[in-house]
Amino acid sequence: MNDRRQRFRHALITAWTIAVLVFVFLPGACLVLASLTASRYFTFPITKWGLEWWSKTFNSIEVRQLLATSISIAAVVTVVAVLVGFFGALAFARYDWRGRSLYQRLVLLPIFFPQSVLGLSLLLWFNALGLDLSWKTAVIAHLVWIIPVVTLVISIQVYSFDPALEEAAFDLGATRAQVFREVTLPVLFPGLFSGALFAFLLSWGNFPLSLFTTGADTTVPEYLYAKMVAGYTPGVPVLGTVSTIGAALLLLGGYGLILLMRRHDRERAS
Amino acid sequence: MTPGTDRLFGNPGRRAAIPLLVVLALGFAAPLLAVVGYSFMPPRTFSIFSSPTLENYRTIFEGTAYVSFLWSLALAVITVIMLAIICYPVAYGLVRVFGRWSTLLTLLFTIPLFVSENVRLYGWILLLIKNGVLLGTLKSLFGLELDSILFTLGAIVLGMVYVYLPFMLFPMTLGIAMVPTDTRDAAYDLGASRWQVFREIELPLSMPGLVIGCLLTFVLAIGAIAEAKVLGGQRIIPITHDIESAFTYSQNWPLGAALSVLLMLVVGALVLAVLRRFDLDRVLGRR
Repeated sequence: MNDRRQRFRHALITAWTIAVLVFVFLPGACLVLASLTASRYFTFPITKWGLEWWSKTFNSIEVRQLLATSISIAAVVTVVAVLVGFFGALAFARYDWRGRSLYQRLVLLPIFFPQSVLGLSLLLWFNALGLDLSWKTAVIAHLVWIIPVVTLVISIQVYSFDPALEEAAFDLGATRAQVFREVTLPVLFPGLFSGALFAFLLSWGNFPLSLFTTGADTTVPEYLYAKMVAGYTPGVPVLGTVSTIGAALLLLGGYGLILLMRRHDRERAS
Repeated sequence: MTPGTDRLFGNPGRRAAIPLLVVLALGFAAPLLAVVGYSFMPPRTFSIFSSPTLENYRTIFEGTAYVSFLWSLALAVITVIMLAIICYPVAYGLVRVFGRWSTLLTLLFTIPLFVSENVRLYGWILLLIKNGVLLGTLKSLFGLELDSILFTLGAIVLGMVYVYLPFMLFPMTLGIAMVPTDTRDAAYDLGASRWQVFREIELPLSMPGLVIGCLLTFVLAIGAIAEAKVLGGQRIIPITHDIESAFTYSQNWPLGAALSVLLMLVVGALVLAVLRRFDLDRVLGRR
């Protein structure tokens, strides 16, 4: 009796979701279009298509330097954030200890904080310490925000982890290191993997923290911002497209890998 | 291990928390204290060891900074309200309607998070600018010539809604997933209408997720800086812009620090008041 109305409601929700998805991806589509224009200025409809700006952008030494800086920062951030976030998540979700509830709120604070203000605060702090600003200080700045995010991502996996598994392994005579290697790590691996993915991508796309803390070094988002404010160059849509598509591929590929691993595990188990 | 350190670090939970707490102490608490320190320094100085003064705060309260402050608050409130309305049906669909498609859809909604916000806003410029994708299409297809909405208040709100959408959507999804289906079904069986189920069950039980989503988007939106600059053409000056220009153009770090302290007080009070009320274990998944 209510079936038709329910179906109608679901159709409405689906249509709305598709509309929101279009809204989310519309600007990205415009970037792609603009990067494929051969002319110096962007007008639509495009009259001359071409890939000139792609080759020009990628042959520029400056752009290679930018990519190198951004990737170095993201790589270091990923390794440190996953290490600290892993233990952080165990404290967040696995163990019961006095002060845990306060700790959980402390972890959230940097996430619930305006990033531009955090970037400025770090600038003042580095200055007070007498540190020279470079991509290394940017790594520290990114970590302050990304470690808590990664901790939350890993925590969600840790919540679904049954401590009885570890206890069973201990009962069977496994050492602490063995339990860690054979039980804890494999079970939590999808969470660690998602955490690493988040860390890399959030660092790769970050602008407000980098803006204040990189000093003379420049990351891709900072460069794009400077170019945007200064006026139009077709290099901006090209780099923008690259960073969007790169992020999308890394994310979808990463999750594809997790699904494959799960299937593999299930087949081995059965 | 001696008994003393055992009492301090013996609990595995406390031991595991140490690295993160060190990062927070050195990378979050200390910088904030540095900002508070700088805000009491004489204007236009760069050292933190001069004798303290209240002059920066006096400048702020006698000046017009409150206008930017009110704009930032207003923009953040509008953004939160619009996002709540836009995201609820989507979050509901992700939890209850789309089934196995949910994972893929969630991933698609995640992608923009990883592209820096100024790049995404730039896409909007290309779409909205005169002779851009939208107006250029209208012109060539229908001969319509419209004014661009770029560099208006509407464009800023559009940009903010767009940039902060995932931060509302994902906490909301977690919140709606907390509502047990049994409870809903039971209410239906007892003759409740859809509206009653929504008001009496769905809404209150998913509240933690909704409130956390609103709080997160509010805090991020009040710290927004790129939207007004890129899409608003500086027609509206938010507080973050005042802060940034104090640090850059006018080279008045203590004034910028004092403005930051005021912003931090508003945000901090709100966040602490809201987060105190929730059991994070339940929101994040320990059932």
